Amino acid sequence: MNQDFSPDRAACGFARDIPLVLDAGEAAALRAGARVGISAAHESAHLHVAGAAPYVDDVPEAAGTLHAALAPSPVASGVLRSIDRAALLAMPGVVAVLTAADIPGANDCGPVIHDDPILADGTLRYRGQPVALIVATARDLARLAAARIGPCLDIEPATPVLTAREAYARGDALLPPASLIRESAPGALTAALAAAPHRLGGQFSLGGQEQFYLEGQIAYALPTENQGLRVLCSTQHPSEMQHLIAHALGWRSHQVLVECRRMGGGFGGKESQSGLFACCASIAAARLGRPVKLRLDRDDDFIMTGRRHPFEYDYDVAFDDDGRITGIEATLIANGGHSADLSGAVMTRALCHLDNAYYLPEVAINGFVARTNTQSNTAFRGFGGPQGALLIEIVMDRIARHLGRDPLAVRRANFYGVASRNVTPYRQTIEDNVVAALVDELVAQADYQGRVAAVAAFNRSNSVLKKGIALTPVKFGISFNVPHLNQAGALVHVYADGSVLVNHGGTEMGQGLNTKVAQVVADALGIGFAAVRCSATDTSKIANTSATAASTGADLNGMAARDAAMTIRNRLADFAAARHGGEAADVQFANDVVRVSGIALAFATLVRQAYEARVQLWSDGFYATPKVHWNPKGLHGRPFYYFAYGAAASEVIIDTLTGEVSLLRADILHDAGRSLNPAIDIGQIEGGFIQSMGWLTTEELVWHATDGRLLTHAPSTYKIPTANDCPAALHTRLFDNPNTEPTIHRSKAVGEPPMLLAFSVLLAIRDAIAATGGPGADPDLRAPATPEAVLDAIASLDAIRP
Amino acid sequence: MSGIETMGSEATGPRMRVTLTVNGADHDIQLDPRTTLLDALREHLGLTGTKVGCNHGTCGACTVHIDGRRQLSCLMLAAAAAGSAITTIEGLAGADGAPHPMQAAFVAHDALQCGYCTPGQIMSAVACVAEGHAGSDDEIREYMSGNLCRCAAYPNIVAAVREVAGSTMAEAA
Ligand code: FES
Ligand code: FES
Repeated sequence: MNQDFSPDRAACGFARDIPLVLDAGEAAALRAGARVGISAAHESAHLHVAGAAPYVDDVPEAAGTLHAALAPSPVASGVLRSIDRAALLAMPGVVAVLTAADIPGANDCGPVIHDDPILADGTLRYRGQPVALIVATARDLARLAAARIGPCLDIEPATPVLTAREAYARGDALLPPASLIRESAPGALTAALAAAPHRLGGQFSLGGQEQFYLEGQIAYALPTENQGLRVLCSTQHPSEMQHLIAHALGWRSHQVLVECRRMGGGFGGKESQSGLFACCASIAAARLGRPVKLRLDRDDDFIMTGRRHPFEYDYDVAFDDDGRITGIEATLIANGGHSADLSGAVMTRALCHLDNAYYLPEVAINGFVARTNTQSNTAFRGFGGPQGALLIEIVMDRIARHLGRDPLAVRRANFYGVASRNVTPYRQTIEDNVVAALVDELVAQADYQGRVAAVAAFNRSNSVLKKGIALTPVKFGISFNVPHLNQAGALVHVYADGSVLVNHGGTEMGQGLNTKVAQVVADALGIGFAAVRCSATDTSKIANTSATAASTGADLNGMAARDAAMTIRNRLADFAAARHGGEAADVQFANDVVRVSGIALAFATLVRQAYEARVQLWSDGFYATPKVHWNPKGLHGRPFYYFAYGAAASEVIIDTLTGEVSLLRADILHDAGRSLNPAIDIGQIEGGFIQSMGWLTTEELVWHATDGRLLTHAPSTYKIPTANDCPAALHTRLFDNPNTEPTIHRSKAVGEPPMLLAFSVLLAIRDAIAATGGPGADPDLRAPATPEAVLDAIASLDAIRP
Repeated sequence: MSGIETMGSEATGPRMRVTLTVNGADHDIQLDPRTTLLDALREHLGLTGTKVGCNHGTCGACTVHIDGRRQLSCLMLAAAAAGSAITTIEGLAGADGAPHPMQAAFVAHDALQCGYCTPGQIMSAVACVAEGHAGSDDEIREYMSGNLCRCAAYPNIVAAVREVAGSTMAEAA
């Protein structure tokens, strides 16, 4: 055999010059030929640290490139009578000022319902809405002209509706209201509420969250031959961009190629809402016959795009002496903003996650997506799931305080069962429940009970500083709620020299998808990481892709890539057996070596032989998730292929005079199935936890109460977590739990579920505030729990103190 | 100021000639006097490793070194950097192309996800260690808190800085 092929050569991972730190077990597995379950470095890590990983704005500009900017509406509501472009056209460098009338096809970038104009069509819907597209020779000149739009507009302003409660009171919904109801018999919920020994009702208010992807929205459209466009776009959904651009131009899809090598973060904000920018750059490029780039300024990104839906809740819950829920009715009011966008699916996921890890015997959950004169809210990591599940955790906490019981005991009393009490409100039977065992393990790992006692002792001897602790579980459904989206394609090329190029329909936004897919391909072909190269997502390679969303990226694209790689491997095995003897089934591929009939030869050698024998060395691959189905009218079915689980315990300290909060310690145990890449998964878990903690504590969005201006439109006023907000003690472990379903190497999706882990932080703050009151104190704490909210909650207890 | 020459007006406004010393090489460029160092690096010199996050001094993505000190390049006019030694992420590797220890540590500790903040984090981290502000995890968190990471790879960023700070101190001892 060729002695060049030592397994240690693979040990460098994709970053060829910088060795990885692998633990002994992973290093041994790697030497034995494993390529999954290995903490391979991110496939672009060596490029990122060198500043050599290009994002859209880093690609050298083609000669003649023009730059676009969007001119924002100065009012939140009104009628746009006319735009006088003359003054803008006279400004230096301005090449074109385009309005809705200049869009040759459909003036719409709505992903589901066609209610989302690209440029204002006469009705002004929110402050910041693009009314005109300015194209100039330089970015600053385009932005300068866009900023001068005000005097050019003839507007009849109207009074905006700015809060979801106001729209709800008026009955102004973007979508038909939905109700998820499950009762043992008609009227059983009403009876349960009436007959309950204990009953609590209330309201809760939860803020939205700006994605704040560090790379802002950007699209760069380049005309190609025969009425075509190549569009580089920072997007989680290249196929959707392709369709939206084609519709806006009145073209067919095959005229538009959309490409995305990587994003500087997406978090849902580049799923549908990259469409506005992709369309605008394309409309200008097609009209002017020149390359056009549209890179948003950060402030414009905030004021033009939507974010995680803020939710308002009304609820009424009945429970027994153990705190076990006997019935619950809840109404979820989401602020959808001015258009439907993905709000329908977001609300469905919220309704389907209100249960979190708990069995709800009699249940009615109503969803209302309110129309307001604000940015159109959209996907954000978790996609409504966190907004659904948080309510039940607030309810659990209130039940415990009402009964004077340990909140964890109340949670355990309500956990889904394994053989009974295991059907969700949407009538899916849970077949993979591990929540009780997982929580038990975390309780031990975190010394939870001991620390509850220590927190109580601390609080008895401190009056200004108070500590709080909470442990919350996670159950999160994996799959798109819309069954047909659960499909993916991939393309694997094995070149005659044995090198491999992988392409698939998923997009890389930092979650490590390309790394995982490359690992899957390396595993299937038994080759080193260095032999596998990832390439940009490209609508001309894989057609009709789904968004990289709903945490499904690795599940779907990993399976599709494995399908393609296994097709090639099987062809190679057939050829090897025919050429060298033995059975195809006995041919082994590992560590860049193929063993066939007692002979070992380098993978590249076999590939060369196969090529010369005219064996097809590239293949497509496809995957469609089995088992999922959904009745969208009745809101029942099996929307999720499986569930991911987790739990976190957080301990905080608050200053009762300033409202300041600090997270002291967090312990996390999370189920990533049989992890494809433990380092990447732990990064996703910790990153999701910290990002969600930001949502629930510091990230406050404020709109002007009457004119609808977003006042928190930059990191100067909108506060995401910094390194300094991370706890000194953060202990994260993976829960060993191979998927019961045959997912890619029995792994589980890991992008979104960790968003629920940070509920423990909010509930720990609630616990600390409760410690300022007497027994049974039950603070009224809104989220985000900013210092102001904490002080208000303390005051709410003071108000009821005798 | 050295290395600056003002030019006559053009259609797009006044231009000036500036010599910037970046990663050891001098570059003569003509630009609008209002051009930030960030835009000059990215758009005049093609050094796109330095990233644009907020464009107003609140995210750290654009961090470079000016005479060895960290500086937000979006808050500095290019003209003001003339005469100084500017170092960007592209200039951090050794002459032989070997990665700087901080670059290697970021890979080894998986201290990035989307990577967009990474060049700024690394430039800040190198300075943080050089300033002597990496003595403890608490200190690292405090002195790295001007560099936002929306992916929140912070625990691993802190680990990477700690490792480099530790070996730097070991060398000094
Ligand atoms: S781009 Fe300079 S600090 Fe954000
Ligand atoms: S790695 Fe994505 S912003 Fe830091």
